[in-house]
Amino acid sequence: MNTVFQRTSVLKNCSTHYCPGCGHGIAHRLLAEVVDELNIQDRTIGIAPVGCAVLAYNYLDVDMIEVAHGRAPAVATGMKRTNPDKIIFSYQGDGDLAAIGTAEIIHAAHRAERITVIFINNAVFGMTGGQMAPTTMLGQITATTQQGRNPSNGQGYPLQVSEILALLPGTVYVERCALSGVPGIKRTKAAMKHAFGLQMDDAPGLSLVEILSPCPTYWRMSPAKAMKWIEEEMCKAFPIARLKG
Amino acid sequence: MSERILMCGNEALAEAAIVAGCDAYFGYPITPQNEITAYMSERMPQEGRVFVQSESELAAINMVFGAAATGKRAMTSSSSPGISLMQEGISYLAGAELPAVVVNVMRGGPGLGNIAPSQGDYFQATRGGGHGDYCTIVLGPASVQELADCMPLAFDLADQYRMTVMVLADGILGQMMEPVTLDPKPRRELPPKPWALTGMKDRKQNIVRSLYLADGALEELNNRFMAKYRQIQDNEVLCEQYRIEDAEIIIVAYGIVARIARAAVDQAREEGIRAGMIRPITLWPFPSEQIGSAADTFRMFLAVEMSCGQMVEDVRLAVAGKCPVLLHGRPGGGVPTAEEVLEKIRQLTIPAGAA
Ligand SMILES: Cc1ncc(C[n+]2csc(CCOP(=O)(O)OP(=O)(O)O)c2C)c(N)n1
Ligand code: SF4
Ligand SMILES: [Mg+2]
Repeated sequence: MNTVFQRTSVLKNCSTHYCPGCGHGIAHRLLAEVVDELNIQDRTIGIAPVGCAVLAYNYLDVDMIEVAHGRAPAVATGMKRTNPDKIIFSYQGDGDLAAIGTAEIIHAAHRAERITVIFINNAVFGMTGGQMAPTTMLGQITATTQQGRNPSNGQGYPLQVSEILALLPGTVYVERCALSGVPGIKRTKAAMKHAFGLQMDDAPGLSLVEILSPCPTYWRMSPAKAMKWIEEEMCKAFPIARLKG
Repeated sequence: MSERILMCGNEALAEAAIVAGCDAYFGYPITPQNEITAYMSERMPQEGRVFVQSESELAAINMVFGAAATGKRAMTSSSSPGISLMQEGISYLAGAELPAVVVNVMRGGPGLGNIAPSQGDYFQATRGGGHGDYCTIVLGPASVQELADCMPLAFDLADQYRMTVMVLADGILGQMMEPVTLDPKPRRELPPKPWALTGMKDRKQNIVRSLYLADGALEELNNRFMAKYRQIQDNEVLCEQYRIEDAEIIIVAYGIVARIARAAVDQAREEGIRAGMIRPITLWPFPSEQIGSAADTFRMFLAVEMSCGQMVEDVRLAVAGKCPVLLHGRPGGGVPTAEEVLEKIRQLTIPAGAA
């Protein structure tokens, strides 16, 4: 008999705590497949964020650490500098990376740390109940923008961190993908693979894949509608693009 | 290196850390400890080890967190305002049970305070400092030599108990120059680090974390920490007792203040006043037993510190009401002189009208 599909062993055989239609589960599986296909499970160390993916180590079967909110790029720096032969990745949400951890990601990139960052942009703080994130869309209703995000109320504009990071000489690769639809998912996996590949080749800088990812719960949408919303709305503020490298 | 060399405290502790096998130093400049960062930026790469000037103390302590999680000996150093920023990371280090060494060359506070020597961070250092139920081991050296000797001890204690060890110095100790000998011999037999994140080659996944959501799991962890802390209190107290046997007044002082107090004790003895001193070297665990048993014979205790009265609370707890405990505190960069301490001793011991 021909095996046409096999679950990667880097993904543990258990169900996750994620809501139905959540993008974190898809991103985990892609990440696990990439680690498997690149054959780096035995030398990869992952960093879980504070956010809905805090328990990522329960699903990904690699050595992992859980760190303070937003500090993953600093922790990754400590790991990679002392263990240049290991493959180090951080997995961070948009609150983690684009709000509380802005200094850490900018400076890890600016120092050209040879790490890989998986950046899950779901336009909200999922874990704490769907509050505004720096990446929240204009007009988007969240727990802390109940009339819709409005810059004239002092709520600011969607923050395009990847565009900022792509400007720094310390990044070798920055790409924004989306988990909406099969082509987007395939592109996301290819981008992750490229980012890890660069680290394996000791490319002189940070590689980052931003992933537009659905949070049906706090977008107050069905999973199918959430996928559509990424394509129809989110992509306007966060264009799918290979921004660098 | 076993010859005697003249070094300032900051450089001596940095070199001692290198001799003690420090794999990585991460730090952000702040006075009065800038010599440590500058020294490490030169010496660590020479030894093929890691130096990173971080973007903040938040980042520095998290770099320590990352390096420590892979089993490396990692340290950072700072002064009071920077140590405040590190408290988040120190709490996470405690929760994740990672070994780390943090040096605090204290300056005056609160706020930006000043850059003069101080002992105002005693509470913060000895009470955990960050959020949650935890302790850190705190060493309070009193000379450049002792500061250097603290470094291998700090790394060993950190590895043995899987926790943060803080070396609590002050601006005087950091800046002053004294002869030191650095001793490279190994001191303790240390446990291996099977928990370290090294990639899951030939073994199951390792996870380093501080989140325990299951019912009762965190309470169990906290109780295990408390048992470990009790073991440290039983086994790791260091203190010096100086001329206390027949003393009618016992000074309690640590760090540079103990050097000043010692001179005051000697002068008081010359005047016929039976003075002595207990000098805590570990500030946590505090030498409560030693102070408590000294208090079994009635005498007076005088805490002398460069703060408004922080260590004196530990002295009071140890004395437990058996004898009077008084305070001579100089905050905000004020440094007590031996004459000033002597005068205090005279006031307390010579009955009114006798002089
Ligand atoms: C220092 C600190 N501040 C606040 C929090 C509360 N908190 C936990 S997760 C989170 C936001 C997470 O949002 P994001 O990074 O976008 O992840 P998501 O849950 O959306 O995947 C916040 C504010 C915390 N744990 N620590
Ligand atoms: S709240 Fe949003 S991000 Fe969090 S698990 Fe649910 S769908 Fe996913
Ligand atoms: Mg989010």
